[in-house]
Amino acid sequence: MAKLMVVFRTSPYGTIYSFEGLENVLIMGAYDQDVSVLFIDDGVLAIKKGMDNSSTGIKDFSPTFRALEAYDIEKIFIDRTSMESRGLKLEDLVIEPEIIEADAVEKMMEEQKNFFMF
Amino acid sequence: MKFGLLITEGPYQHEASDSAYQFAKAALAKGHEILRIFFYSDGVLNSTKLMDPQADDRHIQKQWTELSTSNNIDVIVCVAAAKRRGINDDVIADGFKIGGLGMLTELAIEADRLVEFRA
Repeated sequence: MAKLMVVFRTSPYGTIYSFEGLENVLIMGAYDQDVSVLFIDDGVLAIKKGMDNSSTGIKDFSPTFRALEAYDIEKIFIDRTSMESRGLKLEDLVIEPEIIEADAVEKMMEEQKNFFMF
Repeated sequence: MKFGLLITEGPYQHEASDSAYQFAKAALAKGHEILRIFFYSDGVLNSTKLMDPQADDRHIQKQWTELSTSNNIDVIVCVAAAKRRGINDDVIADGFKIGGLGMLTELAIEADRLVEFRA
């Protein structure tokens, strides 16, 4: 079983990276690997509750992150500094990731076989 | 070493595809193996045979086609990303194949290093 990490680090909607990253991670769930998902930097905004982008014409995909668990993706983390520096708390998020400190992020990254950055 | 390449930017706008191509050539020259090259996001636009750059510039699609066919490397264009960008069997060049995202996961499992080229 390979340790694979998917990192969401760009804000949603401004570019498609976050949405296509979500498509990728949902597929990964079918492969029975040791998958971790990390939200860091502006990537934390992808799971912010109550976003209203209806005036942009772009599909609102943030609620779809709730499907991760149903796809057997259970290791979900958020970088504390990234979250707090954007004024976010756990209750502001559409899912409940585990809050993780920067040094633990570094350690976890060292253990991975491969990464996907979105 | 077994490499996998992931390219997520389109041609010409960003250097990512050029860098990936140079990386692939250098890795092969050093005797490394490239298991698969996967194009995702705007990266799928590298596969269109409709691109027609000026004659004194490099032809990015033809570079990939040549690399793929002469080294027998699997070059995959993500179907979901391709469909929303107008890339299909009518426009895809020789050497590229349209495939599912599962082939990217498989690549991450099998490759010693998955190297991503992006903005």
